[in-house]
Amino acid sequence: MTSRKPGRTLVDRRMMLASAGALTLSGLAPRAARAQSGPSAAAAAAAADPAPLVPTAQFNAAFEKIVGGGTPIEGGVTLELPEDAENGNIVPYKINIESPMTEADHIARVHLLSTQNPQASVATFHFTPLSGKAAVSGRMRLAKTQEVVAVAVTSANTLLVARTIVNVGIGGCGTE
Amino acid sequence: MAASKPRVRLPERIETGQTIEVKALITHVMETGNRKDSEGRPIPRNIIHTFTARYEGALIFKAELGSGIAANPYLSFFLKVPGPGELLVSWQDDDGGETIERYALNVA
Repeated sequence: MTSRKPGRTLVDRRMMLASAGALTLSGLAPRAARAQSGPSAAAAAAAADPAPLVPTAQFNAAFEKIVGGGTPIEGGVTLELPEDAENGNIVPYKINIESPMTEADHIARVHLLSTQNPQASVATFHFTPLSGKAAVSGRMRLAKTQEVVAVAVTSANTLLVARTIVNVGIGGCGTE
Repeated sequence: MAASKPRVRLPERIETGQTIEVKALITHVMETGNRKDSEGRPIPRNIIHTFTARYEGALIFKAELGSGIAANPYLSFFLKVPGPGELLVSWQDDDGGETIERYALNVA
């Protein structure tokens, strides 16, 4: 399968490598490469290239929009996901932020972002003092191995960030 | 297509001031909009895009969901119960379906 389309595979790999530093990877290029060159070649490429962990341009834009001119603080947010997810269609996530959840000091919202899915923004959760606790859990889709990012925004507009890498077996998002 | 009834799980006995966990499970396809049918035509996105929970009219939790949420969405969130009252859970999907469910809380 690989031998029939050697040119295509080379072009895609070059694209992936070229864009690795520039952070302009569309997110569709590696998927196209995978579809064209078959799973074994894609796995080899994934092992050899740092490309799978380069965030999509869409993620970078979404992250910038949330952060604005502010400086996010790494930590303060617990983002729990399995280290290995065999099925990318159903991946449990759990977000928890320690907060007094008073009118004056509470978590206003949490953005859940994917660095490799076709759509970077997975969900935005809004909390109020009535929530009592800034915690949410559910199940998400992951198209492939990637970093998942949670950004919490406090009532004082402080930004807290957590990141977790998940190894995905079969990709979700129904793009294959 | 209206979304089906959710399964909402609440503690059986609740005391005023207690922070309780609310678990909601909704049966919904959550079609991503990224897939194509057998003839190569894109299948339009149909997801629950907004989920809201209110207690006696006051907002306690709201989720804006994208296509990265798994089918049959499950959400667990919390409510600090200010006293006896009614929990209202509602959500909207891309097909224009809106579902509203009410739960009276058994507050001691």
